[in-house]
Amino acid sequence: MAKSMTIYLRVWRQAGPEAPGRLVDYTVADANEHMSFLELLDVLNEQLIHRGEDPVEFDNDCREGICGSCGVMVGGIAHGPQQRTAVCQLHMRAFKDGDRIVVEPFRAKAFPIVKDLVVDRSAFDRIIAAGGYVSTTTGGAPDANALPVSKEAADEAMDYAACIGCGACVAACPNASASLFTAAKIAHLALLPQGSIEAPQRAVAMVDQMTAEGFGDCSNHAECEAVCPKGISVHGITRMRREYIKAVLR
Amino acid sequence: MSGRNNSIWQALVSPVGRKVLTGLTGLGLVLFVIVHMLGNLTYLQGGDAYNLYAHKLASYGVLLYMLEIGLAAFFAVHAYIGINIYLRKRRARGGRYNTYKTAGKPSRQSWASRTMILSGVVLLVFLVLHLMHFKFGPGVAEGYVVAVDGAEIRDLRRLMTEKFQSPLYAFGYPAVIVLLGFHLRHGFWSALQSLSFTSPRWNAVLYALGAAIGLIVGTGFIIVPLWIYFSQFN
Ligand code: HEM
Ligand code: FES
Repeated sequence: MAKSMTIYLRVWRQAGPEAPGRLVDYTVADANEHMSFLELLDVLNEQLIHRGEDPVEFDNDCREGICGSCGVMVGGIAHGPQQRTAVCQLHMRAFKDGDRIVVEPFRAKAFPIVKDLVVDRSAFDRIIAAGGYVSTTTGGAPDANALPVSKEAADEAMDYAACIGCGACVAACPNASASLFTAAKIAHLALLPQGSIEAPQRAVAMVDQMTAEGFGDCSNHAECEAVCPKGISVHGITRMRREYIKAVLR
Repeated sequence: MSGRNNSIWQALVSPVGRKVLTGLTGLGLVLFVIVHMLGNLTYLQGGDAYNLYAHKLASYGVLLYMLEIGLAAFFAVHAYIGINIYLRKRRARGGRYNTYKTAGKPSRQSWASRTMILSGVVLLVFLVLHLMHFKFGPGVAEGYVVAVDGAEIRDLRRLMTEKFQSPLYAFGYPAVIVLLGFHLRHGFWSALQSLSFTSPRWNAVLYALGAAIGLIVGTGFIIVPLWIYFSQFN
């Protein structure tokens, strides 16, 4: 039988982008260890709806750790205390009965709060639009083996391609830097032959956009890697820097 | 994709360029503090060793002058960008977190990494005082002079001895040096990462090397003042 738990939440409530926000205390008495953290919020929301209150807004979609929609600060850590786990995959067994948990939105100037725990991450889309694409032919599917890629490059590119763009790196970074996200995209494409056509401009265009969005600088705290649900390595950031320097010296 | 817009200047003020400059100047300053620390240790040899070392340095004339200008430029660029990064980060966060914690390894966030701006600014203020007290402090004209092999040279050893016999200097100086040690603890690895010299294979070693450098440089600088202070009592 699932162990029943009582969880004391302090949740950031904010009615709209310009409205003042504050932390509000809620008790969820009928939680259990098999719930995901988002299901805990669902249970809380049912309580709120029954009481005629506004439910807590939070982003989510796949609930299986692959879409990158979800993401909140749980107890001061982006996606919560369990590493390599998006908050939709974080289960209540990671907590103890009676725990007090503060739930806040990802905070960055470039991620304005929409409502409660929902933030606008379209700054990431603009960074991608600035250079996170490749030129390719349309039509039938290309022959899988037409372009030779070494095993090492394919493996490392895949590690960077695992980025789901959730924004945890920005939220956890003491500087609110988007370096890990931007680097993951640049490194992924830089490692593959498909990315070579735009390579001379890509790093510069994407870094410029990242700067224009108002993200902070990277101080090499590497906190981003620790909270990344996909465990993307800060080595990608050195790849981004190399790509950038190569582009400038070219 | 916007074209190749980048002049070298635009590249240098970009987030990548800023870090390359912080890293390069930081490593230059690391080299400087290591040499300075080793120089100070000649005090412990006793006799004229320290004064001769200082005199030898001064005798390089124009060469030393150029090195000093370069060093001043390194400090200026490093401090300017460091402060700039700090100011940008404050703007970039927006609201404050009620609760914030590190997720632990592989994060390299530490007390040292979070206080780079504090240790840096203290070092900057200290640098000015330090230059006033020693480099531009009393010299031959004020009677701090000693004859070595018939030549009259500046008696820096006496100046140093007098200064560090006061508890303010003897303990204030090590306090600043402890902060320098922390600055290097995060700074050494950070500079290598900024310059893209790191690789997953070597990161653990390089990060540990940063701690070793911080500890060795810190200890080397602290020994002499404490030795001077406590020697006056026996
Ligand atoms: C003896 C003097 C100094 C040494 C040896 C030194 C060394 C270093 C090194 C190696 C780094 C890492 C560079 C990087 O992350 O790329 C660094 C970073 C930093 N230094 Fe210094 N530094 C010194 C003085 C100063 C001064 C005077 C300031 C003045 C404010 C300062 C502020 C900073 C800051 C804020 C950072 C972090 C940069 C960031 O967040 O990315 N440092 N320092
Ligand atoms: S909801 Fe899709 S990753 Fe969490």
